[in-house]
Amino acid sequence: MTRLRLGLILLGLLAVAALLAPFAAGWLGKDPFAPDLFARYAPPSPGFPLGADELGRDLFTRLLYGARISLGVGLATALAASVLGTAVGLVAAWRGGWVDAVLMRLADGLLALPALPILVLLAAMDPAKLGLPRGEAATDMLRIVTILVLFGWVGVARLARAGALTILASDYVRAARALGVTETRLLWRHVLPGLAAPVAVASALAVAGAILAESVLSFLGLGIQPPTPSWGNMLANAQEAVFAAPLAALWPGLAILLAIAGCTLVADGVSRS
Amino acid sequence: MAGALRLAALRLPQIALTLLLLSLAAWLAIGLMPGDPVSLALFSDPRLTPEDIARLRALHGLDQPLLERYLAWGAGLLRGEFGYSRLFAQPVTAVLWPALRSTLALVGSAVVLAAAIGVALGALAALKPRAAPLVDAATLLAQAVPSFWLGILLIILFAVRLGWLPAGGAPEPGGSALPFLVLPVTTIAFGQMAAYARHATAALTAELARPHITSARARGGSEPRVLWRHALPNAAVPLLTLLALDAGSLVSGALVTETVFARPGMGKLLYDAVMGNDYNLALLALLLVALVTMLATLAADLAQRWLDPRLGER
Repeated sequence: MTRLRLGLILLGLLAVAALLAPFAAGWLGKDPFAPDLFARYAPPSPGFPLGADELGRDLFTRLLYGARISLGVGLATALAASVLGTAVGLVAAWRGGWVDAVLMRLADGLLALPALPILVLLAAMDPAKLGLPRGEAATDMLRIVTILVLFGWVGVARLARAGALTILASDYVRAARALGVTETRLLWRHVLPGLAAPVAVASALAVAGAILAESVLSFLGLGIQPPTPSWGNMLANAQEAVFAAPLAALWPGLAILLAIAGCTLVADGVSRS
Repeated sequence: MAGALRLAALRLPQIALTLLLLSLAAWLAIGLMPGDPVSLALFSDPRLTPEDIARLRALHGLDQPLLERYLAWGAGLLRGEFGYSRLFAQPVTAVLWPALRSTLALVGSAVVLAAAIGVALGALAALKPRAAPLVDAATLLAQAVPSFWLGILLIILFAVRLGWLPAGGAPEPGGSALPFLVLPVTTIAFGQMAAYARHATAALTAELARPHITSARARGGSEPRVLWRHALPNAAVPLLTLLALDAGSLVSGALVTETVFARPGMGKLLYDAVMGNDYNLALLALLLVALVTMLATLAADLAQRWLDPRLGER
């Protein structure tokens, strides 16, 4: 229980930081998107709590705005992956036979592939060639979430299927069937609620995976594009500036670490309780 | 032995089918990337006329539909013609092999280091209950550290501040590779070590509770001997499987570490090829990484059956 509580506290703090981003920017009188070339690589001071980046933008407010992107991508990916994964797992367990075989071979195949190189390849695709606008922060987020869901549903589906198989073999499901409950109602009312715990664990891990993957893609220049801050592209800038401002590399990475540790603690906590 | 052969015979066609589907999907994805080789040539030489462009496109076959180009490329592969890398102006095979060697050296050293330290930490946690919460907390935290961030911090500390080790790159021909391996290997091994420690703790704790351990202790076996001779061999089966599985996923995961340290390995090569619009190199690098990953998985399953024959009897 303490793990779960600690993880929720960590994630809650990050969520509050993300929500407070505009207020912090107003309070400090800083625009996290506007360059201020007189303040390039400014060291930490009351005016710049964590210093400034290569264009003189305040790192602290950029870090808070980055939390919106990272947590947003993480939650959206996990939500979509959980819905899709639960549906796939449930259908596979319920129908069995060739449906189950095809879905699970597909899942195995996706797991066997080298995920990161494929993510890089997919993220490098040009949205303009598919008729989508390019370079908008919202489009970037949607693009990254779509790519990540493509791989993200597999973990949820496997856990959901395993859980559903156990439940479908249980006595109360047989009793419900004997009472003439329709199959839709059976799945919805009797099987789905029992999947809450495994799906919650898989979703928490999916949030962690998505946050990490987004930061990696943004770090490689394929994810969220500047000037929109994300923890990943902030780290890419910080690596360019290891001589001028070595401390700038500390904070975005620390933020990613806390977010991932929070999700892992929640997943651990739920699976133990 | 017959079981192992049957498993391989079952798995190899699956691997071939996956590679086929992956190559088709990747070909279509690359077709959707911005620019093509000719538009890059235009960028570097503004004197090219529209007629030149059309001629170059026809020469490279870029005026053909995407699917026809794919079939022609696939037919070439089957004839053993792997083609050229446009970015490096060399045959693709001449670029791929050194990169694969570099990545395998990096990942191999990291896995060995991580497994050694991880199993030691796991043994500590399993034998000394007082140390267990500490190991547990430390590994949980270590697993949450993003590897590319750790890489940057190591560069700042050991290359920029202290100046002890190179910040990245590759040794000159004939030079020692070791200084260039230390930081990247540490970066990859750190998170892996934590994973092995957690699995080793679980496997050894379960093993130490079994009757044959009590019997070994009752016969007066010393604690180190009980651990090494009686507990570790059984606990090693799941660990070795994990090791082989990881070796596969690490080859693809090395992409980030290699980019951070500018190491000329498979991952960096693939990234550069994707960014530089080098279709052929990107595709073949991706297929090679996928093949290595899947063969490692197969090796893991075979090793597990060999170590624990009960698994093959089902």
